[in-house]
Amino acid sequence: MTEREFITLDANEAVARVAYKLAEVIAIYPITPSSAMGEWADEWASQQQPNLWGTVPQVVEMQSEGGAAGAIHGALQTGSLATTFTASQGLLLMIPNMYKIAGELTATVFHIAARSLAAQALSIYGDHSDVMAARSTGWAMLSSASVQEAHDFALIAQAATLESRVPFVHFFDGFRTSHEVLKIEPLVDSDLLAMIDYDKVLAHRSRALSPDHPVLRGTAHNPDTYFQARETVNPFYEVCPDIVQNAMDQFAKIVGRQYQLFEYHGAPDAERVVILMGSGCEAAHETVDYLIGQGEKVGVLKVRLFRPLDMRRLVAALPASVKTIAVLDRTKEPGSPGEPLYLDVITALHEEWTEVPMPRVVGGRYGLSSKDFTPAMIKAVFDNLSLAKPKNHFTVGINDDVSHTSLDYDPAFSVEPDSVVRAVFYGLGADGTVGANKNSIKIIGENTPNYAQGYFVYDSKKSGSMTVSHLRFGPQPIRSNYLVTKANFVACHQPGFLERYDMLSDAVPGGVFLLNSPIPAELLWDRLPRPVQAQLIEKKLKFYTIDAYRVARESGMTGRINTVMQVCFFAISGVLPREEAIAEIKHSIEKTYGKKGEEIVQMNLNAVDQTVSNLFEVPIPAAVTSTVEFLEPVSEGATEFVHDVLGMMIARKGDLLPVSAMPNDGTYPTGTAQYEKRNLAQEIPVWDANVCIQCGKCAMVCPHAVIRIKTFAPEYADGAPETFKTTEARDTEWAGLKYSIQVAPEDCTGCSLCVDVCPAKNKSAANLKAINMRPQPPIREQEKANWDYFLTIPEMDRRNIKNSSIRQQQIQQPLFEFSGACSGCGETPYIKLLTQLFGDRMVVANATGCSSIYGGNLPTTPWSKNNEGRGPAWSNSLFEDNAEFGLGMRVSLDKQAEMARELLMGLTAEVGETLVEALLHADQKDESGIHDQRERVVLLKEKLANVNSDEAKRLLPLADMLVKKDVWIIGGDGWAYDIGFGGLDHVLSTGRNVNIMVMDTEVYSNTGGQMSKATPRAAVAKFAAGGKPAGKKDLGLMAISYGNVYVARIAMGAKDEQTLRALLEAEAYDGPSLVIAYSHCIAHGIDMGKAMRNQKAAVDSGQWLMYRYNPERASHGENPMTLDSRPPKMPVKDYLRMENRFKMLELSKPEVAKVLFEKAQQDVNEHWALYEYLAARPVVGTNGQSEH
Amino acid sequence: MVNITTQYMGMTLRSPLVASASPLSEKLDNIKRIEDAGAGAVVMFSLFEEQIRRERETLFHHLVYGTDSFAEALTYFPEPEQYHAGPDQYLDLIRKAKEAVDIPVIASLNGTSIGGWTKFAHKMQEAGADALELNVYYIPTDMNVTSAQVEQTYLDILYAVKQTVSIPVAMKISPYFSNMAHMAKLLDDGGANALVLFNRFYQPDIDLETLDVRPNVLLSTPQAARLPMTWIGILFKKIKADLAATSGVHTSEDALKMLLVGANVTMMTAALLKNGIDHIRVVEAGLRRWMEEHEYESVDQMRGSVSQVHAEDPSAFERAQYMRALTMYRPNWSAE
Repeated sequence: MTEREFITLDANEAVARVAYKLAEVIAIYPITPSSAMGEWADEWASQQQPNLWGTVPQVVEMQSEGGAAGAIHGALQTGSLATTFTASQGLLLMIPNMYKIAGELTATVFHIAARSLAAQALSIYGDHSDVMAARSTGWAMLSSASVQEAHDFALIAQAATLESRVPFVHFFDGFRTSHEVLKIEPLVDSDLLAMIDYDKVLAHRSRALSPDHPVLRGTAHNPDTYFQARETVNPFYEVCPDIVQNAMDQFAKIVGRQYQLFEYHGAPDAERVVILMGSGCEAAHETVDYLIGQGEKVGVLKVRLFRPLDMRRLVAALPASVKTIAVLDRTKEPGSPGEPLYLDVITALHEEWTEVPMPRVVGGRYGLSSKDFTPAMIKAVFDNLSLAKPKNHFTVGINDDVSHTSLDYDPAFSVEPDSVVRAVFYGLGADGTVGANKNSIKIIGENTPNYAQGYFVYDSKKSGSMTVSHLRFGPQPIRSNYLVTKANFVACHQPGFLERYDMLSDAVPGGVFLLNSPIPAELLWDRLPRPVQAQLIEKKLKFYTIDAYRVARESGMTGRINTVMQVCFFAISGVLPREEAIAEIKHSIEKTYGKKGEEIVQMNLNAVDQTVSNLFEVPIPAAVTSTVEFLEPVSEGATEFVHDVLGMMIARKGDLLPVSAMPNDGTYPTGTAQYEKRNLAQEIPVWDANVCIQCGKCAMVCPHAVIRIKTFAPEYADGAPETFKTTEARDTEWAGLKYSIQVAPEDCTGCSLCVDVCPAKNKSAANLKAINMRPQPPIREQEKANWDYFLTIPEMDRRNIKNSSIRQQQIQQPLFEFSGACSGCGETPYIKLLTQLFGDRMVVANATGCSSIYGGNLPTTPWSKNNEGRGPAWSNSLFEDNAEFGLGMRVSLDKQAEMARELLMGLTAEVGETLVEALLHADQKDESGIHDQRERVVLLKEKLANVNSDEAKRLLPLADMLVKKDVWIIGGDGWAYDIGFGGLDHVLSTGRNVNIMVMDTEVYSNTGGQMSKATPRAAVAKFAAGGKPAGKKDLGLMAISYGNVYVARIAMGAKDEQTLRALLEAEAYDGPSLVIAYSHCIAHGIDMGKAMRNQKAAVDSGQWLMYRYNPERASHGENPMTLDSRPPKMPVKDYLRMENRFKMLELSKPEVAKVLFEKAQQDVNEHWALYEYLAARPVVGTNGQSEH
Repeated sequence: MVNITTQYMGMTLRSPLVASASPLSEKLDNIKRIEDAGAGAVVMFSLFEEQIRRERETLFHHLVYGTDSFAEALTYFPEPEQYHAGPDQYLDLIRKAKEAVDIPVIASLNGTSIGGWTKFAHKMQEAGADALELNVYYIPTDMNVTSAQVEQTYLDILYAVKQTVSIPVAMKISPYFSNMAHMAKLLDDGGANALVLFNRFYQPDIDLETLDVRPNVLLSTPQAARLPMTWIGILFKKIKADLAATSGVHTSEDALKMLLVGANVTMMTAALLKNGIDHIRVVEAGLRRWMEEHEYESVDQMRGSVSQVHAEDPSAFERAQYMRALTMYRPNWSAE
């Protein structure tokens, strides 16, 4: 047998390695948590890595998973070995094709990182809802429980599908397995060659469509034959399980690892057995071993092949002694008599169990959306089976106080052996903690006989996000695939976490606590919160500290403490001998950073050398001295729901919330982000009233709405805190009023975009502007008080604000604030501006993507409301249907307004003709008109309350519909250009009054920067690792072709006045409008604090053309096209070189870059000529079309 | 026919006219044209220390920025299989230039500290550079740094580079030392094969509209030639290192003067940027014409003939002459 080396990797990579080797065509589309498989495939193909047979697979990115499935269907039909990767909603979109592929008996494997489906809420995390939704497609379903299995089963599935002609879904648990880094034994090419019978590949090819031996496939049947034809496939399904088992047996002969379709592990005389599939099997296996050691008669049956279900084998695998069985499903099917595996087991027993009595079977749900599944829960399941009347249809892992389905369990129960080192690291995304830990796993896993495992938990914020790394090392293979709760080693890499999170509750007595802190070791004890001191004493922990930021800084590594903290871990954890570990770290640094440059290597090596001498043990006194408690998770003034429910989530205790705490239909209050004070910024902007020219630009670009402006009567400044700043308002229309700019100090992320765009310079010091970054901690309390005071100053009446001028408009209250978007985000300034302008009357349909995550991911939401309680009403349907979702809203609102008008007309006598006429013919084009209409509706409601008729009762709840309502359909380019384009196009064609804003980041930002059709030529993106060869799709021009669509292309950083004008015009236009907004993005590889300069350069170079196409103008005989860009004044190359996404191509493929950069310039030249013509052409007719 | 070949750092150049480091040499085509126009050698554009560092650090920064933070986007870029950071492209150009031309190709490194970048000197040699020009562009602004420390920095860089290469190394320096002559001696003793006099300090300008301090490169004027001419004249025969004149060489007259005071080569940038690469031909023609008219046989013959050691009036290079110059000066208006 081949000598094998161990490697450490996650299941996405482990599966992709095999799938890539066995494929000729790969169609991909990004979706969490499976995206990485496609990314690997694309990267390898761009590096010209061959598959098993020496050819480089064709990797093609599609516009949706539906498209990917279609492309695979076609590739298979024409005889290639084809595969794809997906999850969740992506798999749902593939289902129609899956029926076809199975119906045509076509060999393929789809690899699925199983994930929850969007129901009451979306979740990116793992469970089996998606694969269970596909179980009726006729595909075989093979389930992997671990990284090793996922790697192995990717091969077994391919071998089996070629043999059986039944297509395979190979699935493994999203995140828990797809993202778990584990030491595994990799397969080698000879294994693959031995497993794949090439004759079967040839047989697959021989069935291909070819004009050289033409056939017809994909016919339509009539009632006479469809049924019979559907039954023809049965023999293939009958033999499929045998084929899979044979493949497993053959695999064992070649590789040495034996798998079974149904693998029983446990006492031969077990009386209680759990049956499940997926990663939970590993924890169950471990728990069973422990309980057997305790003398219990228990076992676990791991289901590997779920479809076709071999009932005979399933039952045969059970010990004859079994009396009670719990079948655990990681999915939920409301209204069904039970979840799928449970029902299948019952059927199997009913059909195949020959003894009397039949075991009693109960079913339960566990682990939805990656809810941790622990030995404690598994023990509770076994305990339930011991009851005389075990609870059926139970849940485990939650507290269901509504339907009382949940089993109680003891969270303290643990089965982990002492030989395993368990470590938990709390870090920030930006500090490199996760990377360092992945590296430590590699060092230990690949250089020592020890096994190693890592799992990483991220929060849902894109800025200042916390990461928790869970690592295990031990002499035996690690099956404990749940979070570490009994840690020998706890490290806090961010001092700020100390007062927020109880990290030591997971430490075992005698364990080690490592804290990164700038406070000298001798002063540290007194600064610790009381609960931290108490646990250090009670648990007799060893306590170490290092000022890692200082050590990193002095080594040249600003902000990244990964290497320093990694050395600390090895220095004090004792996992490896210290010197050996340090030598390995250095070796690994050279390996990892070598190609990135000697300087990078050197600074890391310096950091290694500096660390140990700066690491100190802190003596622990005998008594607790601190009186400081943990900070409250939410600020004062929070509602009960925010405090009791969202607050628990913020404090990382959401697992403890009972079912009753959760809204039952997915409805949540808005305006909650204001209570989550995150204090992320080291520095915040501070206003200098004397220098300020009151232009409003700082507030306009602020991505997190932390810079606010108010203009108010002087008396409102009375009683303000001493440090609260005001000045005279400069706008002549505001003569006599005070003006103030205030920063929300605890909500700012410190991006500094505001400072960069500030045009005012201090006359005495040119390095100062009217707004300057200053350290936050010294002014936090003062500015908190100022902020609180600022909020008490009334907002100016919207009717008195000229919203066409930025300096006035910017005092409008934003109704989108403190989002979880990236620091310096390029999308949120546009959304915020929309809410300032129209927030009190807007309904938002938000495509899935970045904006749905920073806008709608729990715990809190940035969408908020004004003092009258009005604000945007927001929802997210899907990724692909957002335009249609918004159109539905529009049609519905229009219908209700129509009904209200109809009813109103019928109630003229009761309501009074004057009011009815005024209501029906109200001009609501401006704030005044809307205000007056709202007043009329108030009056109407008062009158209706006194009318006792059915019509009045029907009109009352519809009365508000008489006031203008805006529908804003927003999303990113992945939606608008790709997956949702068909719908978007259709919605534009309807002529309905919807407003569509595309925040064009030119990549799929939310899933990590994959290419979309908006990606410009020459950009390096995932799925375009070699630089995108094609140009960007001109979405605007497509919309213009309708003639009756308002289209604008904007870039706030280039011309903010144009942005404002476009949004006002788009909203005012009584028909569909499409605004395409250039949104800089972290995925561009730019300095986010200066990103508005990138926007300007994009426009100055002609790369991004700004225009407004307003069909209204055509009705006045004018040319509808206004070109707002000036002729390009810099070569596009100069812009491209400002951004890493383009620059990377020059660095990685200079020759390709040269060609594509030149083509990019041609694109610019051609576009400019075209649009210049469109703006200058003579116009006839009223639909904006020229006579040409 | 006059012989205009010259010796520079052990190399025999067909002409003392050399194209100095400038953006012209960023393109292979231009390098060929420089050879065609008759240049004796070409100094490649400078590879900047900051460029090497920044390019790598920026690339690294953007590759890791925002990674491992958010579960759906653990990275934002594909990992390139290989990087051709700035230096790689530079090295590639050296290779191509060496293949394309016969004249010596002198690589240029610009930096002010000892670090990884000096190791590029070795890579430049490997890529085929015939010699190396080290442009130490150092503007000490730290008030606590002494003159001696400043001088030591130059020497340390020279030592560091000399250790890594076997090809000749020229030091391109500024004139701003307390004792330029002593500094020249130190560099000479330290192994510099040539001194290139002088590099020009970038002196920023202010944009009166934005109040920004802006880089604003002014091309050299013929007046700038006086400083190198003076010092080459003083240093000729007093140090072993060869001398290259740069700054202010625009015409054949300028070049001749440099050769007469002792320069082995005269380098041109501004004149070529202004007049085009073919300007080398014009200068060479003028040089030859003057030499023929004045019956010089070779550059070697005339080189240093008006240097301080050979000049009729050696004090012309020193203070005595300064006093005379001032007292004899009559402003234009006073003549009226």
